[in-house]
Amino acid sequence: MNAAMLRRWRWLLVLVLLAFAGSAMAIMPKEFQSPEEAERYRSLSHEIRCVMCQNQSLADSPAGIADDLRYQLLARMREGYSDEQIRDWFVARYGEFVLYRPRFNPTTWALWIGPFLLLAIGVWSLVAVIRRQRPLPPARPESEES
Amino acid sequence: MISRWLPFGVFAAIALLLGVGVIMNAGRTQVEIVSPLIGKPAPDFALPDFANPSQIVRQADLRGQPYLLNVWASWCASCRIEHPVIADIALSGRITVIGYNYKDERAAAERWLRQLGNPYHRILVDETGRAAIDWGIYGTPETFLVDAEGIVRWKHVGPISPQTVERELLPLLDTLGVGR
Repeated sequence: MNAAMLRRWRWLLVLVLLAFAGSAMAIMPKEFQSPEEAERYRSLSHEIRCVMCQNQSLADSPAGIADDLRYQLLARMREGYSDEQIRDWFVARYGEFVLYRPRFNPTTWALWIGPFLLLAIGVWSLVAVIRRQRPLPPARPESEES
Repeated sequence: MISRWLPFGVFAAIALLLGVGVIMNAGRTQVEIVSPLIGKPAPDFALPDFANPSQIVRQADLRGQPYLLNVWASWCASCRIEHPVIADIALSGRITVIGYNYKDERAAAERWLRQLGNPYHRILVDETGRAAIDWGIYGTPETFLVDAEGIVRWKHVGPISPQTVERELLPLLDTLGVGR
């Protein structure tokens, strides 16, 4: 491999790495007034779903609407909304679906309790099956080698 | 005897539950967000009128008669497909159809209307998409039915098909006693 070729490959490597850099980095717009604000923004934007590209959080989505919603998130923070008020603000417009961590209410009881209920049923039936098993016949001295 | 069949019963129940979920999601790339606005007052807004941009239209100005609010943009391909259906509804005269020009450029929007025709009673212009967030709009096209009291009655995400009009919209207009 000559030097010119190596240089070309190096460029390719840089391009490949750059292509992945975007996905590793959450999208952080605008300047923050303090590290606390940046941290709060980061945490809230990971909790809220992008409504257009539904399997991404606001923090990870490059969609135009996500950008609009991120802007609204920061605006609400600066207006002095609490975290819960901000969640309410989004839920009032886009429904409970925008929250990545669904709240505990009558429509989500099954979602929250369901897995534990299934686990309990599983453990219970396992115990029942084991209990029912007949005890093993007493060990007999065997003639064959062990 | 019963407990012998219990694990099978539990398995069947879970399989059924998951199966129903899979079938319900078949052919859909994303979940349609059910608008929390249904049954609630339409959000307040102040948006310029397309025909006369110096005139600001507010929610209160539209009250007194039911209307269909159709979100569209010239850059939206499925709006083009939907356009004749919206035009038919508007032409039927059954309900006022108001356009909501979302994140568009005026020149492009004008060209679009010249090309396809303007079925709208009037058009609100939301250039930034800021007011759209209050409506819970997340794409185009989307269509809302708002009654005379300003309550949101129905929302459709994606292009409205003639079937949607036939099966959903017209029966709803009947029950609400709109037109005819």
